[in-house]
Amino acid sequence: MIDRDQIVSEDELNAYVDGELPADRRNAVEAWLATHLDDAAKVAAWRKQAELIRARYGAAADEKPPQRLDVRRLTRRRYGAIAAAIAATVAAFVVGGAAGWTARGFEAPPPSDLARFTTDALDAYRLYVVEVRHPVEVSGDQRPHLVEWLSKRVGSPLRAPELDKMGLKLVGGRLLPGPTGATAFFMYEGPSGERFTLYCGHTTDQASALRYTVGEQNAAYYWVDGNLAYVLSGPAERDKLHAIAQAAYDQIDRRAPLQGG
Amino acid sequence: MSEFQEGIEAAIPALRRYARALTRDTETADDIVQDTLVRALRSEHLFHGGDMRAWLYTILTNLNRNRLRTLSRRPSMTPIKDSDAATSGPESGGRDITRALNELAEDQRSALLLVVLEGLTYREVAEVQGVPIGTVMSRLARARTQIKAYLDGERPALRRVK
Repeated sequence: MIDRDQIVSEDELNAYVDGELPADRRNAVEAWLATHLDDAAKVAAWRKQAELIRARYGAAADEKPPQRLDVRRLTRRRYGAIAAAIAATVAAFVVGGAAGWTARGFEAPPPSDLARFTTDALDAYRLYVVEVRHPVEVSGDQRPHLVEWLSKRVGSPLRAPELDKMGLKLVGGRLLPGPTGATAFFMYEGPSGERFTLYCGHTTDQASALRYTVGEQNAAYYWVDGNLAYVLSGPAERDKLHAIAQAAYDQIDRRAPLQGG
Repeated sequence: MSEFQEGIEAAIPALRRYARALTRDTETADDIVQDTLVRALRSEHLFHGGDMRAWLYTILTNLNRNRLRTLSRRPSMTPIKDSDAATSGPESGGRDITRALNELAEDQRSALLLVVLEGLTYREVAEVQGVPIGTVMSRLARARTQIKAYLDGERPALRRVK
């Protein structure tokens, strides 16, 4: 039951523009517009808006999608997730000094959490591994206290992986400012004095595979677990670093039950 | 490739177009499309037939909403500037449609784009946004009124930060 003389509402005008009105109502709106010029101007302006939007963005659908949106690739990666995590993507950029990193071979991606965390973690690594007397704020023999303190400051339950099986002992840790706020920094030491550090802070990054970055003398593996990004840094010996990163990655995996410190 | 995967692949161009207009940034848009595809491929068991495109728009719309929420929660030192698209186009400095879209609240922008750019019906948009049709209509009306005011040269309303 529609009264043809009723006032045409704003909603009806919108529905008219979008072709959502039933035929009889459409005629009523057209009759209304013939005598209500302000509404007719509105309708014209709305149609113009739609044209502008289509002119500006319509062509995006004609572009060839980039490789990373290839369904076959994405599907393969899904089945090969574990293999991919272990194989680790080699990121072909060189980590410079304080200047950060420069691209080589391909255009630099925008500074992602991967880049920001890795740069900061390697800076911290280089700064503190050379320290003899004060490499850490809280030493490794106070592991439960250290983990509790850093978890509280970072705002998420952390764990300092046990890497004794790899011959590494926890030297200790410290709190650092990071790309997204408070960041935990754990240092490990091997039998011949070589040091590795684990840097950990909040991220919104979704990726979870291990990502490798190599600098001149040191290198890093980056990964994300839940809302935390981790960077394991050490001397640039990829196999060794990978084994340690994998061990830390396995222990930190959220799905594994938390054990005290 | 399975029929399911083919359906997803066929929707990619439209998803890119929608995401591009929604974010006004090509890289961000493709990031969201990629996330959408990954989630969809992983959730085949959640898709019970019906319109695959609407399903994918729903995932994408939600992911973008989450993204904006996270961005607003995270304190950031990024310099505030208008989106690149707005400052580079031929109408740079002027009042173009990209800037007008920037001024809209996210739900209004998404409703308008789904209708005028993607050609969804009001009912489909209501499903994508998870709201009654009446809400979709008022979002559309407000979006159009605001864009018109903006393009007509009125001072933009203070942007709501949420």
